[in-house]
Amino acid sequence: MAELIDIADRVIGWASADEQVEVLVVHERETEVRAYEQQVESLTVAESQGVGIRVVRDGRQGFAHAGTLDLDVLAETLVEARDNVAFATTDEWCAVAEPDGVPPAELDLHRAALTDHPTGAKVAAALELERLVGEADPRIVGVESSEYVDSIAESAVVTTTGIRSTSRETGCYLSASVLAGGDGETQTGFGFSIGRQPGDLDAEQAAADAVERATRLLGAVKPDSARLTVVLDPWVSAQFLGIVGSTLNGESVLKGRSLFADRLGEEVAAPSLTLVDDPTDVAAFTATAADGEGLATRRNVLLEDGRLLCFVHNSYTGRRSGGASTGSAVRSYASTPGVGVQALALVPGSRTQAELVADVEDGLLVQGVSGLHSGVNPVSGDFSTGAEGLRIRRGALAEPVREFTIASTIQKMLQDVSEVGGDLEWLPMRAAGVSLVIGDVTVSGA
Amino acid sequence: MTSSDDGPGRLLEPSLLRDTLHSALRTGGEFAEVFVEDRRSMSALFDDGRVEELTGGRSRGVGIRVVFGETTGFAHTADLSPEGLRSAAEAASAAASEGGSGLTVALDPVQEVHPGVVAVLPADVAKARKVALLEEADRVARGEGDAIRQVTVRYADSRRRIQVANSDGLLTGDDQVRTSFSVSCVAVGDGGMQTGRESVGHTVGFELFDRVDVADLARRAARRAITKLDAVPAPSGEMPVVVGPGGGGVLFHEACGHGLEADLVAKSASVFAGRRGEVVAAPFVTLVDDGTMAGEWGCYAIDDEGRPAGRNVLIEDGILTDYMWDRLRARREGCDSSGNGRRQSYRHLPMVRMTNTFLLGGEADPDDIVADTERGVYVAQLGGGQVNTATGDFVFGMSEAYLIENGRITAPIREGNLIGNGPDVLQDIDAIAGDFAMGSPGTCGKDGQGVPVGDGTPTLRVTRLTVGGTAA
Repeated sequence: MAELIDIADRVIGWASADEQVEVLVVHERETEVRAYEQQVESLTVAESQGVGIRVVRDGRQGFAHAGTLDLDVLAETLVEARDNVAFATTDEWCAVAEPDGVPPAELDLHRAALTDHPTGAKVAAALELERLVGEADPRIVGVESSEYVDSIAESAVVTTTGIRSTSRETGCYLSASVLAGGDGETQTGFGFSIGRQPGDLDAEQAAADAVERATRLLGAVKPDSARLTVVLDPWVSAQFLGIVGSTLNGESVLKGRSLFADRLGEEVAAPSLTLVDDPTDVAAFTATAADGEGLATRRNVLLEDGRLLCFVHNSYTGRRSGGASTGSAVRSYASTPGVGVQALALVPGSRTQAELVADVEDGLLVQGVSGLHSGVNPVSGDFSTGAEGLRIRRGALAEPVREFTIASTIQKMLQDVSEVGGDLEWLPMRAAGVSLVIGDVTVSGA
Repeated sequence: MTSSDDGPGRLLEPSLLRDTLHSALRTGGEFAEVFVEDRRSMSALFDDGRVEELTGGRSRGVGIRVVFGETTGFAHTADLSPEGLRSAAEAASAAASEGGSGLTVALDPVQEVHPGVVAVLPADVAKARKVALLEEADRVARGEGDAIRQVTVRYADSRRRIQVANSDGLLTGDDQVRTSFSVSCVAVGDGGMQTGRESVGHTVGFELFDRVDVADLARRAARRAITKLDAVPAPSGEMPVVVGPGGGGVLFHEACGHGLEADLVAKSASVFAGRRGEVVAAPFVTLVDDGTMAGEWGCYAIDDEGRPAGRNVLIEDGILTDYMWDRLRARREGCDSSGNGRRQSYRHLPMVRMTNTFLLGGEADPDDIVADTERGVYVAQLGGGQVNTATGDFVFGMSEAYLIENGRITAPIREGNLIGNGPDVLQDIDAIAGDFAMGSPGTCGKDGQGVPVGDGTPTLRVTRLTVGGTAA
């Protein structure tokens, strides 16, 4: 197929003089292998493409997208985006991004070792992971899923304002979801390993994590309700940080939906918290040199020693709030550029999770949470989520617990962080995890 | 693409479908299927006092599946030329290594009747009319009081035409039109910000607005946000929970719906595995999944494997009667698909999914149920939820809820999750009223795929659920 940048250039060539046009073109190849009972349950080989076209004229924008790059469809999509312009309300800040002079970081996110990897080896990896999990522990009674997934993604953003940005990257992961059992009881656990090429993947670690997560919950009971200190496992803290990130979003701030809107410069969190969004960090699996508008990504310090320093912006929210884009436009080809963090991480402390636990007299290690989408309201700050984990008694991990909730507010939890662990770990999401000790959380159980 | 508007079964020519099936079967597959989809969508967003954008979307493509033994090969493509289809068919069949001459397919077209009738295709309605609805909703919501500081209104419609052909000779199709509208408000008071949301969605055309008053929807969303400004912290711990009419479907969707999906059952990843014929719920619990409910958000003529939608009784008078099935799982167990094989798009493999899942009404008086509750929580509207089917532990959010004190509904409470265990909760239902209502449209996520689903319940009480608040 033609180079993406050429396809985007062609659409830009169709723009009229009185309009701004932005084109995002994406192409992705994906392979997914699922193993079950040492057979290939499914093998998916997929090629997808898409285009999103935004037209701005006289402070009004229209948008259209399509899941194919056929020429007739590209032309039809531009016409549709143009037609949609007329219905938008005029907004003096509305415009396509312009080059801002920030050079993109040189990130090498593409590995030929993945593009050349044979399908047979991918199948073998999924089967091997399932075997490792099944043999690891007699208490493992089933492997719900064992899979190998990889993708090769390319994209290009071109605008009539002079932006011409391309990116390409590879990624792959192994993941297993297992069932541990005994005495009529079942517990579940998952493990994964993620990288940019197959050689980065560690099947034994993924298997061991899945097995440990499932088996250590065997015999779990519902804890009594109490107010406790909780230690969030990196997997959980990364999800919590993702929610915090959504409250530091320039769009939420401008539209009156952020609980931190009026608090720039204030101490909104414990002094141990320095929160950085840095998509140029190649250790992050969501690393990218260009954002959704084709501007260079950059390192943004959101919280420093607990003080709120800045919000993230795309070009629209940056302009409207009197500043500029922070290179934080996030989107798919099927949406206009939104705003969001892309690779969020706390500056880690120095101690291991075991050392953090040893200092907790009466608490709870939270290994997994559920229902974050239904129990957390990032506008009001209410935080309530289902959880599972292990009790901590006198500095030692004690009995496993499940079927309880932990609750507080986002504002209060940020203030109640007493220590950040040293075990920073990049996860397959827009945030890194690190063990986090948070005091005075309500545990609702029996 | 050979595309025409003369019916849902005419996206690709039968001869091209047949040739593609032959290509897919060339390496010895036992079963092959071609799923064709052409989806057009339109949405309009009103936010922050202005029409922010209108978006048009187009997605068309083909997913090809080949099954041999326990293995499924799958490939999809947006290239609908004969060469593009052959190439995808060969990719899907590559997982088969047996070789062989391949089966010969004769396609036998059938046309299933869609449960609903679309009176007005949204694509035929001027965009200005859709925008006018947004403006009206914004105006009404803001008119509810100065506390309303932000309003987001979204209109969306989609038309999804599908065609399914398989090596059993099936050739069928469907034309699914959905229209939805939602209003979200932010209210600001002394105690901070609160949100209120209302949404409506049906498998119908623009005639949706003949029976849905967007002003009424906007008013309710705004009032919900304003009411919550006075909310007290939610209690914590176990207590009785009364769920209002239409608000509780997600409870059953999570508490047992997912656990009754045959793919999870087959992998013993469900607490309901091996329990057909057993008592799993209180005797007055009858749970139905019904893809034929005309106009409801989760309805269709055929599922994404070409099987007509069904009305499936999952739990009858407390006894587990059957699971939900897709083609693959049904074939392995020697039974028929229940019409629950769904996929998000041609880019996804089908799997067992719910449609419209609801609890049948009982005989209790809803007021008596509340009056008979000494202390507990009344949930007027639930949020989303999540379940671990292997353990049965599930959560769901309360987006509008109140305390029940001495048999009366009193103060609104702040948002939070409730947690319970599916098999326990089914046994702990002790009252069901007769005021059945369907709830808000939902998107059910499973394995990274989202599909539209509906749910419904009458007022009911669960004697014991853990409320995840912060108050003692």
